[in-house]
Amino acid sequence: MLEQSPVAAGRSRRGVNPLAWPLLALAIILLFNLIVTPDFFSVSVKDGHLFGSLIDILKRASPTLIIALGMTLVIATGGIDISVGSVAAIAGSVAALLVRGSNIAYLKEAAHASAPLLPVFAFALLAAAACGLFNGSLVSLVGIQPIVATLILMITGRGVAVLLTNGYVLNFDHPRFESVGIGYLLGLPFPFLLAIGVFLILLLFTRFTPLGLFIQSIGGNSVASVYSGISARTVKALVYLVSGLCAGAAGVIMTADVKAADANYMGLWLELDAILAVVIGGTNMAGGRYSLWGTIVGALIIQSLTTTILTRGVQVQYTLIVKAVVVIFVILIQSERTRELLRRLRGGRLPEAGAS
Amino acid sequence: MPNPEILRLAGITKSFPGVLALSGVDFTLQQGEIHALMGENGAGKSTLIKVLTGVYKRDAGRIEYRGVPVEVHSPLQAQDLGISTVYQEVNLVPNLSVAENLFLGRQPMSAGQIAWKAINERALEILARFDLDLDVRENLGGYTLAIQQMVAIARALELNARVLILDEPTSSLNVEEVDKLFLQMRRLKSEGQAIIFITHFVDQVFQISDRITVLRNGGYIGTYPTAEITKVELISKLLGREYEKLSELAVARPREDAGREGAFLRTEALGRKASIKPFSIQVRRGEVVGCAGLLGSGRSELASLLFGIQSADSGRLLVDERAVRLGNPRKAMRLGIGLSPEDRKAQGLIQDLSVRENIILALQVRQGWLRNLGSRQQKEIAERYIRLLDIKTPSSEQLTRNLSGGNQQKVIIARWLASAPRFLILDEPTRGIDVGAKTEIQKLIVQLARDGLAVLFISSEIEEIARCSGTVLVLHNREVVETLRGQDIEDRVIMNAIAERHLEGSPDA
Repeated sequence: MLEQSPVAAGRSRRGVNPLAWPLLALAIILLFNLIVTPDFFSVSVKDGHLFGSLIDILKRASPTLIIALGMTLVIATGGIDISVGSVAAIAGSVAALLVRGSNIAYLKEAAHASAPLLPVFAFALLAAAACGLFNGSLVSLVGIQPIVATLILMITGRGVAVLLTNGYVLNFDHPRFESVGIGYLLGLPFPFLLAIGVFLILLLFTRFTPLGLFIQSIGGNSVASVYSGISARTVKALVYLVSGLCAGAAGVIMTADVKAADANYMGLWLELDAILAVVIGGTNMAGGRYSLWGTIVGALIIQSLTTTILTRGVQVQYTLIVKAVVVIFVILIQSERTRELLRRLRGGRLPEAGAS
Repeated sequence: MPNPEILRLAGITKSFPGVLALSGVDFTLQQGEIHALMGENGAGKSTLIKVLTGVYKRDAGRIEYRGVPVEVHSPLQAQDLGISTVYQEVNLVPNLSVAENLFLGRQPMSAGQIAWKAINERALEILARFDLDLDVRENLGGYTLAIQQMVAIARALELNARVLILDEPTSSLNVEEVDKLFLQMRRLKSEGQAIIFITHFVDQVFQISDRITVLRNGGYIGTYPTAEITKVELISKLLGREYEKLSELAVARPREDAGREGAFLRTEALGRKASIKPFSIQVRRGEVVGCAGLLGSGRSELASLLFGIQSADSGRLLVDERAVRLGNPRKAMRLGIGLSPEDRKAQGLIQDLSVRENIILALQVRQGWLRNLGSRQQKEIAERYIRLLDIKTPSSEQLTRNLSGGNQQKVIIARWLASAPRFLILDEPTRGIDVGAKTEIQKLIVQLARDGLAVLFISSEIEEIARCSGTVLVLHNREVVETLRGQDIEDRVIMNAIAERHLEGSPDA
C-alpha cells in the first residue's frame, strides 16, 4: 500500500476496501440473528427449492435491489431519480392489464388469463423506458435539477398508473406470469436471479464500454468532463433510461409476486429504500465513485433488517423507528469522520482498521 | 509619515503541498490610508489576506496589530479585533432584509423580542452616511450588487472595523458604481479609516490608492507610493522578469523556419459579441504562438472560441484551410484540437479519478463508445506519460487530488498529448506551480512544437511567453491589438505593447 500521511490515506479511499464497512454491517445484522433467532440460518429443501429466512431475504430484496442498481448509476452522475416507485407502478399496471388481456371486467373475480408473455414484458418495459427517457430529457436537455425533474414523474406517474387501472386493483390468475415473481430456478428464487442478471449486465456495460469512466467523470466534475469532450447529455439521458428500465422490471416482478396490480400502493416509498441501499453500499451521493457490488450489499442489509424486525415480532408501530436507528448506525460507521473520532477516542494510535 | 501604523506583516511565509504560496511577504498599513494589494492570479493576494484573517495558519512571519504582536486563529477573531473583509462575492444573506443583514447576529432586543423599529431606524441612519436611501425592510437580494457591496461595507464598519479589507470590490461593478464606491472609500479615508484594496485593475489603483504593494508568484516584489511609480513600471512589476530564478532554463527560441509549412488553423475576423472582438490569426504546425495580456484582456475567451466552448457569432475558422464550425469541444477534438483550460481544478481535473483515468479520458472520448481501452492498455498509456512528463505520483492509481499543482497540470497536459492532437491550446499551464515544474512545462512546450505540434500558449508571465513563442499575440480589452514576430519578441517589447494600450485608454495617466 502507498505510504501516505493519515489525512491523505483517508482521502484517497484506496487504503481500505470500500466494501468492508457495508459487509461488516451486514455481518453484524446476521450475527444478531444467529444469536437470537435460532432457526434463522436453517435452509431446507422443499420440492427441489431452497427454503428459509435467508432465501426469503434474497427474494424480497430483489425489487429494491434492481431499482437500486439503476439508481447507483444515476447517483454516480451526481443526479437522483425519485420517480422509480411510480414508474414501477406504471409498468406493473401495464403488465397486469395485458395479462388480463381482453378480460377488462374490473372488480370481478381474479381474471383467468393466458395471454402470451412476450408482449406483456415488452410493453411494460417500453412504458418504463419512456418514463426513463422523459426524466433523462428533463435533466439533460432542459437542465432541470434531477430531484425536481423526477419529482414530476413521481407525482404524475402514480396518477398515470391509477388512470391505467381505472383506480381498481387488478387481480389475475396466470401461473406462467406469476412465476416471474414467485418461481424458482436452480433452487433459487427467480426474482433474485433476475436481479443478479441486471447486476451482471450493468457491470459488463460499465466495465467493457467507456460508460463507467464517463459516469464517474461527470459525477466527479461535470464541467471538466465537457471540457474533455464527454457528451454529458447523452450519458445523463442514458442513466435515467437505465433507471427507468430497472424500475419497470421491479414493477413487473412485484405485480407477478402478489398476482395483482394496485396502482395506489405498488412501489410506494420504494425510491427511499433504493437510495438508501445505494448510500449504504458506499456510493457517494455527490456523484463520482460508485460501487454496484456495494449496492447489492446495501439492498441485502435493508431487507435483512426488515425481515429481522418482522421475525423478532417488533410491534408494527415501532418497526420504522428500529429501522431508522439501525440505518443511522450503519451510515455512521461508514463515515470517515466518525471513524476518525473513534480512533482518537481510543488513543489515536490504531492502524487503519479493516485494511486487510 | 504622519499617520500612525495600524498593521504590520513581516516575513509572512505559507506553503501548501508542492507550492510555496507566500514567501517572506511584508506589508504595512497606516491609518487613513488606502493601500492597494496587487498581483496576477496565483500571486498570493488572497493567501495573504487569509493568513491575516486567520483562515490559514502561517508557516513563518510576524503580524503586529496596533503595535502588538497578535495570533489570529479564525475569521471571527479577526473581526473581533477589528479586521473585516468584504469579499468579491458579497457574503451576506440575499433573502433577508437590508436592515437584518446589517444587524445579523447582534439584533438589538427589547423585552425578549427583536426590536424591529430600532433596527430599521438604525439601519437608515447608517446607510444615510453612505448616501444610500433604501427601503431597509426590502430583501437585500433585490438590490444591485453595488448596493449589496455598500451594505456589506457598512456592516463591516458597524462591527468597528479598524482595518477594512476590500477583496476585488470593483470586478462586477460598472463605471458609475465604481465611482460611487471610490467616493465612499475616499470619505472613509478622510475619517482615518485604513483600507486594504485588493484588485488587478491598474487604472483604478492609480485613481484611489496611496501606496501599492505588488506580489508575484507568492514573492514580495515591493511597496511603492502611488505618486512615485508609473503605470509602465507597475505593469512590469506585476508581470515580472524572473531571470534569477529561471536562469537554468535555456530553451532555445524555435527555429526561424519552423512552421513554414502552412497554417494548421486560421481565423478570419472570428469573434463573439461581449466576449472577444473579431480577430484574424494563424497558427502553423511546429509553431508556438504566445498570447499575452493582462487578466481579463480576452485571452481565455479567444481560447474558448477555438475549442468550441463558446461558438463564434462572426467570422470564419479554418482548419487545414477548410472552413469549420465548432459547436462543442467534441467537434474541436475531432479536428485534432485540445485545450488545457485556465482553471485547473474547475475545468480540467477530475479530482476523484486516478491519474490513469484522468490521462486516458480524452483519448477514450476520441475512440468513441465502441472502442473501449482495456485496463492494461490504460495502464500502459498512463505509465508512458507519467515517465515522459516526469509526473511525480506513487502510482498511476493515485487520485489526482493528492498530487501537487504542477503534477496535476502535467496530468492534464498528458491527457491531451495521449489523445494525439495536432493543435494544443495551453491556457496558463504554469500558473500557481513551483519554479521547477514551471521550467519543465516551458521546455515541454518548445519540444512539442519541435515535434510538429501547433501550440497556442497563454500566460500572464510575459517573460515565459517571450522565451517560448515564435509569434506573440498581444491582447487588450478583449481585442487582439498587436502581433509580434521574430526579432520583436522580447519581454520589454511585449510589455510596452500592453502598457501603451493602458496609457491610451486612460487620459489621466
